[in-house]
This record gives sequence, C-alpha cells and structure tokens, in this order.
Amino acid sequence: MDFAQHLPVLQVIIPLLAAPLIVLLQPRGFAWAATTATAFFSFAVSIAIAARILAGDILHYEMGGWFAPIGIELRVDAFSAIVLLIISGAAAISLVAARTSINQQIEHHRQPLFYAAWLLAIAGLVGMVVTADAFNIFVFMEISSLAGYILIAGGPDRRALPAVFKYLIIGTIGATFYLIGVGMIYMMTGTLNLDDMAQRVVGIEDQRPILVAAAFVFIGLALKAALFPLHVWLPNAYTHAPHMVTVFLAACGTKVAVYVLLRFQFTIFQSFAEHLLQFALFLMPLALLGITVASLVAMFEGHLKRMLAFSSVAQIGYILLGASLMSDSGFTASTLHMFNHALAKGALFLAVAKFATQYADLRIDSLEGAARSMPLTSFAFVIAGLSLIGVPGTAGFISKWQLIMAIMETGNMGFIMVGIVVISSLIAVAYIWRVVETLYAIPTDNIPASATNVNVKSEKMDLLLVALMFTVAMNIYFGLVPALPFTLAELSSQILLQVKF
Amino acid sequence: MNPQLAIILVLVVPLVGAVLIAVTGRLHDNLRETVTLITATLLAVIVWSIVPLILEGERPEVSLLQVMPGIEIGFRVEPLGMLFATLASSLWVINSIYSIGYMRGNNEKNQTRFYICFALAIAATMGLAFSGNLFTLFLFYELLTLSTYPLVAHKGDADTVKSARVYLGVLLSTSIALLLPAIIWTYHAAGHGDFVLGGILKGLMDPASVGLLLALFVFGVGKAAIMPVHRWLPAAMVAPTPVSALLHAVAVVKAGVFTITKVIVYIFGADYLFSLPQSGWLVYLAAFTIITASLVALRQTNLKRLLAYSTIAQLSYVIMAAAILKPMAEIGAAVHMVAHAFGKITLFFAAGAIYVAAKKTDIAQLRGIGRRMPWTMAAFSIGALSMIGMPPTAGFVSKWYILGGALQAGHYVAIFTIIASTVLNAAYFLPIVYMAWFEKENVSSDNNTSVIKEHGEAPFLMVLALTITAALTIGFFFFNGTVIELEKQIVPRLDL
Repeated sequence: MDFAQHLPVLQVIIPLLAAPLIVLLQPRGFAWAATTATAFFSFAVSIAIAARILAGDILHYEMGGWFAPIGIELRVDAFSAIVLLIISGAAAISLVAARTSINQQIEHHRQPLFYAAWLLAIAGLVGMVVTADAFNIFVFMEISSLAGYILIAGGPDRRALPAVFKYLIIGTIGATFYLIGVGMIYMMTGTLNLDDMAQRVVGIEDQRPILVAAAFVFIGLALKAALFPLHVWLPNAYTHAPHMVTVFLAACGTKVAVYVLLRFQFTIFQSFAEHLLQFALFLMPLALLGITVASLVAMFEGHLKRMLAFSSVAQIGYILLGASLMSDSGFTASTLHMFNHALAKGALFLAVAKFATQYADLRIDSLEGAARSMPLTSFAFVIAGLSLIGVPGTAGFISKWQLIMAIMETGNMGFIMVGIVVISSLIAVAYIWRVVETLYAIPTDNIPASATNVNVKSEKMDLLLVALMFTVAMNIYFGLVPALPFTLAELSSQILLQVKF
Repeated sequence: MNPQLAIILVLVVPLVGAVLIAVTGRLHDNLRETVTLITATLLAVIVWSIVPLILEGERPEVSLLQVMPGIEIGFRVEPLGMLFATLASSLWVINSIYSIGYMRGNNEKNQTRFYICFALAIAATMGLAFSGNLFTLFLFYELLTLSTYPLVAHKGDADTVKSARVYLGVLLSTSIALLLPAIIWTYHAAGHGDFVLGGILKGLMDPASVGLLLALFVFGVGKAAIMPVHRWLPAAMVAPTPVSALLHAVAVVKAGVFTITKVIVYIFGADYLFSLPQSGWLVYLAAFTIITASLVALRQTNLKRLLAYSTIAQLSYVIMAAAILKPMAEIGAAVHMVAHAFGKITLFFAAGAIYVAAKKTDIAQLRGIGRRMPWTMAAFSIGALSMIGMPPTAGFVSKWYILGGALQAGHYVAIFTIIASTVLNAAYFLPIVYMAWFEKENVSSDNNTSVIKEHGEAPFLMVLALTITAALTIGFFFFNGTVIELEKQIVPRLDL
C-alpha cells in the first residue's frame, strides 16, 4: 500500500486531532493560525487526492486494517474528490479571510473554542464524504451538525439563537430519519458498508422495510440538504450566523447532504424496480418549485444575507434538477454546479463579510453608495453576482450551459424546464442588479454628519479582501478553463450511473 | 503579418490600451488621451492589414481555448466579420478624436473610467466580429453589454440610472432568456456551433422548430432592436453623445444586426431558410418595425431620441434585407451596415456638437442654427440625405442592393416598405434641415436658461471628426467596390 492510500484518513484525522489541541493551547493568534494551517493541509490533501483520481485511481483505506465489509472502509472516487475539493477549499479560503471578521464578531477568549468547533465541522463534513460506511456517515453527520450549530450560534447576533434552535430541531429530525432508514436496511441486509449493502439488497428490494427505509433516508437527507420545501431552517441560519461561517456553510454545507443523498439513491437503491424513475419524478417538481419560489422570495427580500440565502435554496434546486434528469449530462451538470455555485456564493458572502466590516446594517438599502468607499469589494460583488446569474466567462455559466444542454436531451418536456431555468436566471439578474445599483448609487438624501467620510475610499487591504479577490478570480478562471471540475464531474456521473452487477 | 498573430493582436491591443489608460489616467489627461488615440490607430492599422487576405479568399483561424468538449473559444475571420471589425475600429479612431473634444468641452467627470470602458467595449466588439462559433460570439456579446453599461450610466443621477437599468435589463434578459437557449439548442442539434457558409442545421431539425429557433435568435439578439425589444435604444440616449455615436449607431446595434445576419448566413444558411415557409414572418416583422419606428420618429421633439428611433428603423432594414434571403439582399444587408454607420455617426456627432456649443437638445431650438454652425449643419444635412437614401450618399448604395434583392425575391411587401420608409425618412429629416438653414433664429421664445445664445462652432476636434465622417458618407457612394467585392463572398452562388 503506497502513501496515497492514507490520504483519505488524513483528511479526517488531522482536523479531529487539531481541535482539542487548540482548546488546550489557548492563545488566540495561535488558534487562528493552527486552524488555517490545518485547513490548508486538508486542501492540499484534497488536491493530491484529486490528482490521483484524475490519473484513474480509486482510493481505499481500511480503518485499523479490518477489511470491508467487517471493518470501516474509507473510499474516495471522483464524486467524493470533487466534494472534498469544495469542502476543504471553502474551509481554507474562509479561514484565511476569517481573521478580521472573527475578531470583530467573536470575543477573544471564546475564539479558541470557536475555531475548534470549526475544525470539528470540517472533520465531520469531510468524514461524510470519504467514508463508505452508512453508520459512519451518520456519526460524521452529527459531528458536523453539532459543530455547525455552535458556529452559527457563536456570533454576537442574538437572533441566531432561535434560528439555530430551529436548525437543531430540523437537523436532528433529518439525522434521525436517516438513522432509522439505515437501521432498517441493516436489519434486512446485515451490513453497513455501502457497496456491500448495494449487493445484498438485490432480491429483497420489494420488501416493505427496504422501501420504507428508502423513504426515510430520502426525507432525512432532503431536510439536511434544504430541498424545497424542507429548506425553512436555512435562510435564518445563514442570515444570523457570523459572516465567515456563512461563507463556509453556504459554499459546502448543504452540498455534502446532496452528495450523500445521491450516493444512496444511485448505489444502494438503484436496483429497485422503477425506484429511480419514482425518485426522479418526485424530485423534479420539487426542484423546479424550489428554483422558482426561492428566486422570487429572494427578489423581494430586503436583507442582503437573507436574499443570498434564498438564492442558495434556488441553487440547490438547480443541482437537484440536474440529478433528476437521470442522464449522464444531467449528473455532470449537477456536480459541476455544486462546484461552481460554491465559488460564486462563497465569493458573494465574502463580499458581504467585507461590507460588514464597515456597515453594521446589512439591509440592501443601507449599503447605498458603498462603491465609493469600497470600490474593490463592490466590483468583486458584481463579478461574483454575474457568476451566480450565469453570464458567459464566469464559472456559473458553464454549469448553466451544461444544465440546459442536459435538459434539452430529454426532448419536448424540456421546453418547460428550460423556461423555468431561464426565468429564474432572469430573476437572479433582478435581485443581483438591485444590489449593484444600490452599491453604485450616488446618495441623494442628506448624508448624516457622522458619515462624512462616506465618499472617501476607506477599504483596508486585508486578508479578507485578498481572499475575496482570489475567489472572484477563480470564478473567472473556472469560467474559461473548467477542465478540472468538468472532468471530475463527468467521472462522477459515470460512477453514479454505472450498474455494477 | 502572420494573420493568426494579427487576430490575437486585434483582441489584445484594446485590452492593453484599457490598462494603459487606467495607469496614465492617474498621471495626466493629455497622456491618457494620447494612449487612447495611439491604441485606436494601432488597432485600425492591424485590422486593415487583414483585409487583403480576406479579399483573396483566405479565412484565418485561431483556436484559443477548449472550454468544454466541443465548445471552444475560437476565432475565424470571414467577410462579414471583417467588414464589421474594419468599420468599428476605423470609426473608433475618429470617435476618439471627437470624444476628447466632447468630454473636455463638456467638463464631464470620471473621464478615465469613460475611456477604459470604451476600450473594453471595442475589444468586445472585435471579439464578436471575429468569433468563429456561437459560443465565442455569445461570450463577447454579453461582454459588450456589460462594458457599455457604465458608459450609459455615466452621468450617475437617478434618471440616468433608471435608463441604464432599462438598457441592461432588456439586453441581458433577452440574451439569457432567448439567445442562450437558442445557442444551446443549436449546439444540441448540430453538435457544434461553428459558422459554416451555407449553414449547419440543414435537415437536422423539423421545419417548425427551425422557425421557432429563428424567432429565439431574432428576439434574443436585443441589440438589433427589432420591435418589441427596442426599448433599450431610446433609453440609452442618456449616455454622453460619443457613446451614442459609436456604440449606439455603430458597435452595439451593429453587433445586433451583425449577429442576426451571421446566424442567417452561417448557421441556418440563406438557401435553406428560403426553402422553408416558416421563416417568412421575419420580413414582415422587420417591415413593421421600420414603418412603426419611422412614425414614432416623426413625433419626437428631442433630437437624440429622433435619431434613436431612426436607428431602430435602419437596423430593421438590415434585418429585412438579410431575411429576404436572396444573394443581392444579403450583400445589401452588409453594405447597409456600413452606409448607415457613416450616416448615423455623422448625425450623432452633429447632435453632440450642437449640445456642447449651444446646450440645445430639442429640434425646435435648431431654427437658424446653420448660420452659427455651418460645418456641423452641413455634415448633419449630408447624414440626413444618406438616411433618406439620396445620391450621392452612402445610403443610396445599400438601398439599391436591398431593393434589388427584394425584386429578385419578388417580395412586394419589402419593396413597398422601402419606398414608404424613404418618404417617412424625408418627412422627419428634411424639416430639420430646412429649419436649420432657412428659418430665422428665434431668441425671445426660448426661456431655457441653460441654452447658450451666442455661440459659434463646437471645439475644433469635434468639427474635424464630423467633417471626416460626412466626407466618408459621400465618399462611400463613389468608392464602394472593395466592400461589395468582400461581401460577394458570403453568398455562394451569385446571380446578380
């Protein structure tokens, strides 16, 4: 076994070990530095893994040397690799940027605990992706969720508490449903290893416990993924969380749940008679509704963060719409959009965090004329917004192109779906441009005396701005050279669609 | 020069120019303007250097980047794009001269941003003109919209922002809602979106779908301002006049009709479309736009708005010519892009000169202004004659070809439209010309305080620019052989 085979487990172990270390060694600067270093290490490992996957490998790791299906197996293929890239990339970038914003929002003595929670969240999310064991997924899901609740509630905003309570209840229901489903499958098959499960479920797929289990798993994960209309926890949680946590969670939080959802549907339940068809027919209308309704809500939302949060619900709709097409190009579009949306939304929330360093109130109206004092941030917001809309030359365009292409392959039914995708893109133009106009507006009403410096360029060149610029540049780069995510997405869709037996 | 290198340079030069303008803008105005002029001239020279190759029948190609399998950013120079690029880059030189006069004469703010965005818009136009496939074309199409938005919103007050919102809203939504699906549909049906003479869709779609696809393209290209997606053009008139002149008389709107013509010639194939009854509606739609826009123009009191509606009508000339689908009309479409560009830029230059010298914007204020601004109004008159289509101006040449094509096709609606619109054009342009030269200046009735009563000609640079374009308008009547030769190549079997 060569060294590369150890990479998946390092992804989980390092943040898990680093978290208690940070709690024990309290100094503040060290906490940030250590967390960021860990995230970067994790990102580097993800890149190494992606390189191995692109070379044609699939990485296996047997925990403690116990071979599957007895022991816990870690397994990384192209689909896991691209999600790993998203998670660790989002973590690395948001942590680099976090320092200013976190110093502003979290009391100094609580920062080490906060960063430790962040590391646990990373470990949990990464764990869900690398493991090939259904129960193990639940464990990591709980780790990431509990850490996530702490992160969201950790900010100075008291409104985060009811939001996080709602999230806690819904998240727990989701995780419990998932566990009930897994329990039932375990009862019927006697195994927890995903591959093993998939093989043993053949022949008993019409048994009632299995069918009920499929429903439980689907609903449980849909809750976690904020699939419309199960998204109610998301907008408030994103709005009131500390800004940097929003960046991190918006980029990768729900996508991991989508990842597990698709894994289950297409490896374990794929042999069911017409199950996949039912899955698609159930998912598609929900995805379309989510896209339309959430976009409309975003258009009328007055708070910048809530607006972007609702836009996220719509974007999850795009991701699931691609998957519900059940075609090669559909999955490619879906996976690609996970990656590209993480880039676009990450950049947008980074810009929001940067605005928040100077504007206490993040309602859209109160940002009037912000472009004068913060030209670079405003410009970055424009570019990231264009990527979210899907303007050519940006990452968002690539996945939108691929999605419409995939829809067109379905034939005549496709026209309605193309219509909905296109209309919701137009709504995105409306809600993004509303912000852009406000940013670049010349304030007309009498400016209060306290804000005399409003026309003076006052944005500080700090790590947050650098991270924002980098993410925006990546939006452009992957809009012109999308080979890496595209290849990984194509490989993922082959993995999901292949019939193994 | 190696043609591949030339294509790359055509794209790079304005971009480098934009960067240099940004850098020098902080140092000194004169330096910045010098950079603008040098960039414009250099670009024009490079573009012109490609022309002989295209005339000889060569089609240089550059493939820049493979974005996704089957989808690449690539360039291929063909006669239509060559003509468009030559036109836009040459007029940019003249327009830069004019801009300097205008922006200084008017004491505009944020001039550096203005010149940067202008250079970016030109870069987008060049990319659009040379694009080798639909994907590349779409990329630069959107880039052109976005880079011109700050130019339209230049003034920055509430009214301007509102108009700019209409501008961006119409152009961006039509392109995302209709043009993008049309392009993806084309890629899906044909497997690629390369521009091939004679079309790539023949036999791949059922006729009804072809009709629908054509509609998606025509309405998706909002820049062509065919009714009912024309609203942005009058709204865009809030921009400074050099922007209106080059972008809304040449680059942006021509990008629209250029795209439609290119799609008809290179994606559908004129012959193939002609064989389908499902494509017949386009001529009627264009005819409707021509007549309606002309009627609306008759009722305008603001000079720039009148010119805007006249532009809408003239653009539909190009679309109608392309939609007649006969060889002579296709040539007419291309020639009309040039003829209209010369005439309309002259008219806009004149309108801007009047504004800078006298702060006058309404038609009624122009009584007797010919005596104060003889050069400007002479140029204006020449432009107006060209719009009407009278010899010896450029407008006559293109009308000749379009009419010829309409006769070839025996399309009586088209013939009638051309005649009727000539009358209408005369009806709204000739009174202005008459008023300016032969009526007495009416000083007492004008209470508008912002108007300057005692004035002469506009700054020298502006007069120089509009004189050049007026000369070009007349010159094109006599020397149009090269353009015709070039555009003959877009029709495979020519029977004139």
